[in-house]
Amino acid sequence: MADTTFAIHSGPAAQARLRKRYARERRFKLMCLAALGVAAIFLVVLIGSIVSRGWSGFLVTQMELTVTYSPEMVDASNPADGNFRMIVVEALQKEFPEATDHSSMRALLGLVSNGGFLAVRNAVVDDPSLVGQTVTMWVSAASDIDMLNKGYVDRTAPEELRRVDDQTMAWVDKLEADGRIRTGFNWDFFTTGDSREPELAGIGGAILGSFWMLLVTFLVSFPTGVAAAVYLEEFAPKRRWVDIIEVNINNLAAVPSIVFGLLGLAVFLNLMHLPRSAPLVGGLTLALMTLPTIIITTRAALKGVPPSIREAALGIGASPVQVVSHHVLPLALPRLLTGAIIGMAQALGETAPLLMIGMVAFIVDLPSGPLDAATALPVQIFLWADSPERGFVEKTSAAIMVLLGFLVVMNGIAVFLRQRFEVRW
Amino acid sequence: MVAVTEITASERDASHADAVTIPVDRLPELGGPVKMQTRDLKLWYSDKQALAGINLDVPERQVTAFIGPSGCGKTTFLKCLNRMNDTIEGVRIEGDVTLDGTDVYDRSVDPVQLRARVGMVFQKPNPFPKSIYDNVAYGPRIHGLATNRGDLDAIVESSLQRAGLWNEVKDRLGEMATGMSGGQQQRLCIARTIAVSPEVILMDEPCSALDPISTARVEELIDELRDNYTIVIVTHNLQQAARVSQLTAFFHLGRLIEVNDTAEVFQNPGESMTRDYITGRFG
Amino acid sequence: MPTQHTVRSYDSELEKVDHHIIAMGGLVEDQLRNAIKALVEGDNDLARHVIEHDQDIDDHEREVDDLVTRIIALRQPLAEDLRRVKTALKVAANLERMGDLASNISKRSLVIEDVAQVPQREALRRLGNAVHGMTVDVVDAFRDGNADLARRVWNQDEQIDEMYNSVFLAILADMISDPKLIAPGTHIHFVAKNIERIGDHATNIAEMVSYMIQGQMPGEDRPKASSVVTAEDGEAAEQA
Repeated sequence: MADTTFAIHSGPAAQARLRKRYARERRFKLMCLAALGVAAIFLVVLIGSIVSRGWSGFLVTQMELTVTYSPEMVDASNPADGNFRMIVVEALQKEFPEATDHSSMRALLGLVSNGGFLAVRNAVVDDPSLVGQTVTMWVSAASDIDMLNKGYVDRTAPEELRRVDDQTMAWVDKLEADGRIRTGFNWDFFTTGDSREPELAGIGGAILGSFWMLLVTFLVSFPTGVAAAVYLEEFAPKRRWVDIIEVNINNLAAVPSIVFGLLGLAVFLNLMHLPRSAPLVGGLTLALMTLPTIIITTRAALKGVPPSIREAALGIGASPVQVVSHHVLPLALPRLLTGAIIGMAQALGETAPLLMIGMVAFIVDLPSGPLDAATALPVQIFLWADSPERGFVEKTSAAIMVLLGFLVVMNGIAVFLRQRFEVRW
Repeated sequence: MVAVTEITASERDASHADAVTIPVDRLPELGGPVKMQTRDLKLWYSDKQALAGINLDVPERQVTAFIGPSGCGKTTFLKCLNRMNDTIEGVRIEGDVTLDGTDVYDRSVDPVQLRARVGMVFQKPNPFPKSIYDNVAYGPRIHGLATNRGDLDAIVESSLQRAGLWNEVKDRLGEMATGMSGGQQQRLCIARTIAVSPEVILMDEPCSALDPISTARVEELIDELRDNYTIVIVTHNLQQAARVSQLTAFFHLGRLIEVNDTAEVFQNPGESMTRDYITGRFG
Repeated sequence: MPTQHTVRSYDSELEKVDHHIIAMGGLVEDQLRNAIKALVEGDNDLARHVIEHDQDIDDHEREVDDLVTRIIALRQPLAEDLRRVKTALKVAANLERMGDLASNISKRSLVIEDVAQVPQREALRRLGNAVHGMTVDVVDAFRDGNADLARRVWNQDEQIDEMYNSVFLAILADMISDPKLIAPGTHIHFVAKNIERIGDHATNIAEMVSYMIQGQMPGEDRPKASSVVTAEDGEAAEQA
């Protein structure tokens, strides 16, 4: 008997079976690897296209102007009311004296962005003693010039199909040759609000709007969600109505987000008459959407605390509430926060419900609180992606990069919390 | 010798749930006072009956061991004594459990207070993931047994002393309890139970996860604790039951088949089922 | 034994112990029968045969010792198994002692020169047969787990004691009447005493067997005849 059993697992037939088995396993592993490769390629293509299109969105083209605040143009007692367009034209005429006729002067004005005029004005408003003096300053160029400088304008195309005519191109080339054009980092992109001019548009307003919104979402959904989960998991008797609630919460998590937008519209705007476009309403709507996620992750976190800890505490006479507050919740907290952060990250990227409650408005001012009209990062991306101007293409991608950055950071914090504080048994 | 009517195989298979186990008048004479007592204790998990009318007297300041095959109801019965079954869904209990003559299932008895009097040590060492000190101090803190830090320190020290752990841990009370060895953890759990000054200590297979040396330490500890506490221990290790207990009760299929002096049960059991179980002839 | 152990090798180990005990019992029966026969018939070859074969019994006892030690260490027997191995150990020790006593009888019978002079040979044979019967019964009781039989053997002790006392008194009376008989009489008295002690050991075994089966020793003290017989008793017998 013993001999035959040995023979079954040795000899050429056994070797052949073994080889066949390993070959199958190798094929399976290769298939898995290929799937991973496909996913990686998609990710690289996505990130690559966004970065390649968006990196220049963080840059701005500026030109140097030698500005003379002549007293005829600006009154020192009321500097805000000066004729700054003329001042800019005169400054440019110093470079290009041949441009004296009306249309040339119009073309000269087209070199500088509205923000440039504003910068010239703000300088003298801040310091009226500049009147009568000549100063050199860097001002941002118009969007077309910005595009030209960044190489997005095809110089070989016929003039009538180009956004920039030959005359302007020649001026820009001359300025560049004189070293009066530079490309700098666009800090304003992060601090300013939306604008019709691509070169002036920033995501500061959207970031602030998202911040206020997430703050509201967190303050509403985290305590509510955790409390609800604790009750369901720890105290609720296992009765039918609890089962029904449980099923509904799980279903709620799968409801399309736009439905929450409709709910927010009906309840917060139409019924409660809260201000339209306010982060408060957006936050409340997103809180509704995040609540099931937080409840589900919290319950999972509570379930993750071993029953032996509950028994231990009960066994020495802790009351059920003490068991939860002294032991279960503190032990579940890292996983619980992780779940909350992931929920917040989802809320941060959500667009659809915000469209329903009117957060798509064009808002230039930065919101100073949750009741101010505001927009949010993903909505801003949506708006810019819809804009026809060439300058908004790179802004859209740049904003996407910022949004992705926030998401990566939030998920990173979640991973860190889990790694660092989770108690293992 | 305690004898119950012979249980035939057909009875065993048929309606064991309806049968009454040892009747009260057949309980053994105890040498001393009775600390806990159950009368006709029945328990159901939803529709499934787990205990079929248990009558048992637990003698004061002695060790009572529960033995029996897995699923025989001994742990369920143990948990009835401090109402740990209350926390399980779908549990229905009938009959009386008394502690010093008072029904512990009476409305006037608070289960939280009861569990301070009837402490419990579990199968797997389950220290809180806190410091050694905090583990022992937790019970006195929630029950308000210490008015100041000095009192608390004294309770912690004396509890660790009694659990035979003080010399091993006195220099590292601030360290995490989860970093201790399994045997130390279990003795810490015993210290944690003692710290609340219970009258009865229930132990649910306290050594099943421990190595032989740690097991010996815990058994030695149980023997010492007998001077001050009434101890009830569930164990699968028959030799352990024989070593540590004075009274042994054999459970099978939710019934108490036999209860008697430990020496008698292990040398000359009164019931054929008991004999088959302890000699390894079961099934 | 109603059912088998879950661990079958445990059963086979216990059976091996039983096997040795029963073999030992058989040997002791033979030795005792032969020793008495050798003495009564003056068969010195048979007596030497008995002395030589005592070693076989000792070998069995050592075997039982080893097996029981092994079972206790490895199986940690409880309840009837515990009683069984404990009994086996004691029974083996008693049987070994019985073998020694049989061999002692044969040593004495070699010393006695003229068998024809030996007083009370018939009484001795009866005593020997009675004790031999007890030995056979007690070994059977062990083998079959027969508590009744063990109890019967246990009750026989009293009868053996009485038989021994009467043999003793008869020998005493013979020696008083004929001083020539003092030397063989003394030897023969020792033989009688040895046989009586073999009976005691058989009674011990009966006790252990009954404990093994029923979990308790037989209730009362072992039945004893009168405590000690004296020379006065002998004289009384003489005058009778």
